[in-house]
Amino acid sequence: MSKILVLVDHTDGTPKKVTLELLTKARMLGEPAAVFVGQGYANAKDRLAEYGAATVYVAEGSEYDAYVVAPKAEVLARVVADTSPAAVFVPSTPEGKEVAARLAIKIGSGVITDAVDVRDGFVCEQSVFGGATIVQSKVAQGVPVITIRPNSTAPEPAPASPTEERVTVELPESATLVQVVDRVVEKKGARPELSEAAVVVSGGRGVGGAENFGVIERLADSLGAAVGASRAATDAGWYPHQYQVGQTGQTVSPQLYIACGISGAIQHRAGMQTSKTIVAVNKDPEAPIFELVDFGIVGDLFAVVPQATEEIEKRKG
Amino acid sequence: MNIVVCVKQVPDTWAEKRLDPSDKTLDRDSADAVMNELDEYAVEEALRLKEKHGGEVIVLSMGPDKAVETIRKALSMGADRAVHLVDDALSGSDAVQTSYALAQALSTLQWDLVMLGSESTDAKMSVVPAMLAERLGRPQLSFANKVEISDGTVRIERLTDVGHDVVQGPLPAVVSVVEKINEPRYPSFKGIMAAKKKPLETLSAADAGSEPSRVGLANAPCTVEDFAVRPPRQAGTIVQDEGDGGHKLVEFLASQKFV
Repeated sequence: MSKILVLVDHTDGTPKKVTLELLTKARMLGEPAAVFVGQGYANAKDRLAEYGAATVYVAEGSEYDAYVVAPKAEVLARVVADTSPAAVFVPSTPEGKEVAARLAIKIGSGVITDAVDVRDGFVCEQSVFGGATIVQSKVAQGVPVITIRPNSTAPEPAPASPTEERVTVELPESATLVQVVDRVVEKKGARPELSEAAVVVSGGRGVGGAENFGVIERLADSLGAAVGASRAATDAGWYPHQYQVGQTGQTVSPQLYIACGISGAIQHRAGMQTSKTIVAVNKDPEAPIFELVDFGIVGDLFAVVPQATEEIEKRKG
Repeated sequence: MNIVVCVKQVPDTWAEKRLDPSDKTLDRDSADAVMNELDEYAVEEALRLKEKHGGEVIVLSMGPDKAVETIRKALSMGADRAVHLVDDALSGSDAVQTSYALAQALSTLQWDLVMLGSESTDAKMSVVPAMLAERLGRPQLSFANKVEISDGTVRIERLTDVGHDVVQGPLPAVVSVVEKINEPRYPSFKGIMAAKKKPLETLSAADAGSEPSRVGLANAPCTVEDFAVRPPRQAGTIVQDEGDGGHKLVEFLASQKFV
């Protein structure tokens, strides 16, 4: 069976959920081979085996983390050259897409981003124009390079005993042009990352001010959810820009999306329309968000949301 | 310091977009066309860097005849001159091909910085800046929320999921910017009038050094096999809050096993 390379997305070695999703998807279509680049492989090893990696290519070293994006593309290009895989899967995160972009140029392949599913023959399903259109596309030249969105596949363990192969790549000058000088973590706390959260609670214009976002955050925390915001809220400075969901912000596709005080303009829908279950709370019964919802409540979010939070906390005991 | 700003004309951010059934590419006539919003921030940042460091701001756009409107807008904001890469042979090019055609065109220009928006609001791939850096063999300084230049080094704040990384590389470099890096200026009346007299050079794919076999829909490294408009979501349950809305919400979540 042909190998499918999966680039491991990790934090200090610990694989992110999307990595396990991609290994699961790769197993459905071929033989999953994980490619680990960076530091902390000891933290990754067991998880990659648990989720069925038949081979793990390990390029471990601080030099791969010291420069932006390019080293990961170099390592992948090397492993592609050595193993002639059937395809390369990369998580569809902003950085993952850049790695895929550079890899595609290096190996002379086409690249497809933001796949929500990959089927036999590496036909990719994409959800474009904010989820309004579903496209089936294929890479027609070279080894297909495909970025797959978080939450596209349910991760399933399939314990394996991977063969481990160490990879050393002498980074060319072009891969070491951009140095990382500092990493600033602004977000602290236990909330999951917006892009891969299973549940997202978002606030919009109806929240009315930065001081009121606590209402949204408390509901999010009761559900173990990430917090998002509409453009109206981020433009007004009520919530940091990186949490913006929408056409000019992040695209999310969680199991559950709860929109609070968000009218649902195209700008916003484009970033959340593919969520599996959508719930909205809005004062305006005519708000377009209600066209999308599985469950909607017409009412004041400052009454409904705290009541829901309290009820969830009570049920959790 | 000379800066080339790449701008793309896209359907209006707020418009419904659709694919053309005949060739499965974006139907660019079905919606009003505007400058890709994130490119406006790139133009603004380029103008600010020019105000600080001197030099020239050159607009580069690949697109059909109509893209001249977007080029004029960048000129009316204050860019000095423009190059329009326009050729039927380029039509339908995907990101890999577009980055090739732009890189070839860039090699005909003198620049210290190439600037562009971090993604277009139509395709939303956000891969062209990285592809350009790879092709040009120059630093990729993408997702910039802040750009500073001193002593031949570009330092940016690169937005990440958890905050930002401070990263730097030597000039010449490729810089892509995110929204919020600045507040783009509106073209003044004077700017609009002046833009009409600014040099606008038109290049064909061949003029700009692109091999015909490497661009255009027929040679695209990715193919769209099929597409369909997503059926509207089934109408959900909508209830009026009568003092128990929060409880009803939780009942729904519990019925779906979220609680």
